[in-house]
Amino acid sequence: MKKLVAASLAALLLAAGGARAQQGEIKVGEINSYSALPAFLDPYRKGMDLALKEVNDAGGIKGKKLVIISKDDGGKPADALTAANELVSRDGVVMIAGGFLSNVGLALADFAKQKQVMYLAAEPLTDALVWSKGNDYTFRLRTSNYMQAAMLAEEAAKLPAKRWATIAPNYEFGQSFVAVFKELLKKRKPDVEFVAEQWPPLNKIDAGPVLQAIDAANPEAILNATFAGDLVKLVREGNTRGIFKNRVVVSYLTGEPEYLDPLKTETPEGWIVTGYPWYGIKTAEHQAFLDAYQQLHKDYPRLGSIVGYSTVKSIAAALKATDDYSTAGLLKAMKNLKVSTPFGDVVYRAADHQSTMGAYIGTTSQKDGQGIMVNFQFKPGADYLPSEAEAAKLRPAN
Amino acid sequence: MEFLLVQALSGLASAASLFLVASGLSIIFGVTRIVNFAHGAFYMLGAYVAYTLTTRFAGPLGFWGAIVAAAIIVAILGALMEMVLLRRIYQAPELFQLLATFGVTLMVQDLVVVIWGPEDLLGPRAPGFTGAISLFGRMVPTYDLFMMTLGPVVLGILWLLFHKTRWGVLVRAATQDREMVAALGVNQKWLFTGVFALGVFLAALGGALQIPRTTVTHAMDLSIIVEVFVVVVIGGLGSVFGAFVAAIIVAELNAFGILILPQISLITVFLVMAVVLVVRPWGLFGKPESAPRAAAGLTIRPWRPFTQMERAGVALVVVAVAALPFFLGNYALTVGAEILIYVLFAASLHFMMTVGGLASFGHAAYFGLGAYGAAFLVKYMGAPMEAALIVGPLLGLAGAVLFGWFCVRLSGVYFAMLTLAFAQIAWSIAFQWVDVTGGDNGLLGIWPASWASRPAGFFWLALGIAVVGVAVLRMLVFSPFGYGLRAVRDSALRSEAIGLNRQRMQWAAFIVAGTFAGLAGALFAFLKGSVFPDYMAIPTSVDGLVMVLLGGVETVSGAVVGAVLYKALAIWLMSQTDLSKLVLGGVIVVIVLAFPKGVVGFIEDLRHRWPRKGNGAGAPVGATKAEAA
Repeated sequence: MKKLVAASLAALLLAAGGARAQQGEIKVGEINSYSALPAFLDPYRKGMDLALKEVNDAGGIKGKKLVIISKDDGGKPADALTAANELVSRDGVVMIAGGFLSNVGLALADFAKQKQVMYLAAEPLTDALVWSKGNDYTFRLRTSNYMQAAMLAEEAAKLPAKRWATIAPNYEFGQSFVAVFKELLKKRKPDVEFVAEQWPPLNKIDAGPVLQAIDAANPEAILNATFAGDLVKLVREGNTRGIFKNRVVVSYLTGEPEYLDPLKTETPEGWIVTGYPWYGIKTAEHQAFLDAYQQLHKDYPRLGSIVGYSTVKSIAAALKATDDYSTAGLLKAMKNLKVSTPFGDVVYRAADHQSTMGAYIGTTSQKDGQGIMVNFQFKPGADYLPSEAEAAKLRPAN
Repeated sequence: MEFLLVQALSGLASAASLFLVASGLSIIFGVTRIVNFAHGAFYMLGAYVAYTLTTRFAGPLGFWGAIVAAAIIVAILGALMEMVLLRRIYQAPELFQLLATFGVTLMVQDLVVVIWGPEDLLGPRAPGFTGAISLFGRMVPTYDLFMMTLGPVVLGILWLLFHKTRWGVLVRAATQDREMVAALGVNQKWLFTGVFALGVFLAALGGALQIPRTTVTHAMDLSIIVEVFVVVVIGGLGSVFGAFVAAIIVAELNAFGILILPQISLITVFLVMAVVLVVRPWGLFGKPESAPRAAAGLTIRPWRPFTQMERAGVALVVVAVAALPFFLGNYALTVGAEILIYVLFAASLHFMMTVGGLASFGHAAYFGLGAYGAAFLVKYMGAPMEAALIVGPLLGLAGAVLFGWFCVRLSGVYFAMLTLAFAQIAWSIAFQWVDVTGGDNGLLGIWPASWASRPAGFFWLALGIAVVGVAVLRMLVFSPFGYGLRAVRDSALRSEAIGLNRQRMQWAAFIVAGTFAGLAGALFAFLKGSVFPDYMAIPTSVDGLVMVLLGGVETVSGAVVGAVLYKALAIWLMSQTDLSKLVLGGVIVVIVLAFPKGVVGFIEDLRHRWPRKGNGAGAPVGATKAEAA
């Protein structure tokens, strides 16, 4: 049987030979949970494809072609590490990027630190990634849990509601989001109280009992952080039971097309949400992105598309900003790097490696049987981050 | 008070959906003894097909017709799978069918995305049941009331079917004693196909009826399959009424549990199962299993240790593998180390399953405990890698001592399910105890000592530990303890008569297996540099089972081959394609059909059919290796 090890390893080695670097190419590794979370990552990949095409059509990186090698991690941190190792040790990529789940992002960040390779986290939302477990090798693009919680807390503080209840999936993403939201809302409005909380397991919400339990505490407002299938169950059950009547709901991520579109005619009216109203954004940079995306893919973009597109644009910008593709050179290039994205220019802060990408906040409504966001506003990320000096203190010394 | 009544009603509605799917599984389980892993896949397919049909045919007739039609279509698919796949492997060793259904499950998960696209799909609400009525001053959805009624109605229909029709009587007879039914001249083939189709019909119906509540996604199967198994086991194998009661207990405890402890849903079903199985080893309404007839084919050829020649051969192979770092690159070596770790993990499970006759569905618990043990030492005590590798696995050992004591009181599938329950409890502790374990974000920065930080160094470390581990397990097989264990496995009564204490011996085997799994886990922590709760989640346990079954249950060291094959294939496919599950599942199904005794079992058969000529000069290396395995 050990022969089999040898044979399989030899096969891997042979495969490696085929992937040797071509002249005039810059290779970047990318890892994501494509098979586990296709609803978000299919549009994400389409966004990456578009950006990659644009970069290379415009002459690549100083004449060299940008190549992105994508790997699937199946939603498991251990498999993400195997993929990262393959990209770094075998394919010889200059840096790695990607990630959707927070624990995968943290695993990759720790890998980056250990192997001294740069990692650009695309989607993972956990604050730990750049703060309590931040390291020199890891940068993050997406508007973080903290930033979006701060935006929602600002809106929530304007409401008259004092009695709040929370529903969030029972894992770090939900736990840390609720904790930050509570803290920031209390800071703005000390007399609010949180009267009930529910922590359904991810993808397994038993919506009826959960909503009854919330209803029994008689809150004036509800904070929701469930998404995808859990959100649909919650909304349908809540609509039928009339739980959301005469209550304000502040709902995290619900305005993202990935999660809003499936709701269709069930879309609740007037929920305060973060999201991506692609149909209503009138900025020039977004319009250009939208046109190019629709032309290439014959489909409308989701938030994943924005993340994928902006990730590749960030990579290209970093590579263009330096001639030194060593990790040290890239890290230097990333600090204070300015990148144009469909959400406007973002800057990767030097102190905590978080980008200043913002988010849209608006209220939900329905149009022609589809859920949409209305009355939305763009909130620049920089306004909702602690100052760089404060943020630096949140990071471990290393 | 009114609130509590409404909460109870909500619980009943959840119970009904659970029961529908569970009843189908219970029937299949009871008659064919197949651990039908694909039950969740059929549930999901039911929902997908129903989505397609209900969006095409509007109106009440269209909707309800579509629900039933979807269930029938999927039932036909299920019957086809039974005829094409399972029928060929009923004679295979116990649990081998699990491998086949697992392969199908993997394929379906990717196929639905290929066919229906990646997006979550929202079907229409049920015509006539869109609103809510006011009960005790609170709104209760009429669809909940419909489901609440449907549960007992289905139970009633099944009761009539099983008690008032000839077919049903035969099914009940087969549930009690299939050999006897076959001996009486009943055509088992069609009985099994019929039972399977009925079970799949109920699963698909359960899935289709979810459409008015939630979206249809490719992850639906995973969200229900384990819970449904648990419900079946709590109720007692093959007892539909038991499944009904168990579903109500689980759903109600969950509905009220979240009022006191909102995080409880994570673990409710498993807690209930652990308590029920400890108190009632055959579930609420199950009957003690009659002493199983020795499975034909098992140990026809007694195991024997390696001959001198074979030992030399193995040593050569080990030396060859140890030379790999001089030829292979870093990535290949890291993958090699991962495979070696899984070799040890699978070998430990194999020891328990084959020699001890104890199939565990929760072996990942000890793997994960070992990993956490090592991580705790590094994180909280600043221990060096060497110390962590020695002491870390002791957490796996401790877990095995504790859980094993309860588990070995049971046997067969009940044993397997209790191990699963404990594994899930361990997992939920790791998941929820954020302050100590880091929750799902895990513990980071568990990197090896500098001498082993290079891939070659770690590869040698893993090789050394795996070789020693597998060798020790083999020696145990051929030690007096191993012989005693096999005696206990083959005939509990006779071995007890000659003074072997079944429970104590099996407990010891459980602890040995758990410790080696813990050792593998501790190594894994250093390979990955981090520990996450999903190391002890169900997929890891299933991976272990698949490796053992692929290699061959009736062999001494088949798990080694199974682990190498499965892990190498899984890693390679994952790297090559996003549809890795589809291909992997397909390969597993083909292997199941081609080698119903596992790969090593097949090679052994070959060898015994064609006795070796001379010194095996013409025999391929793989074959000479495996015969000894």
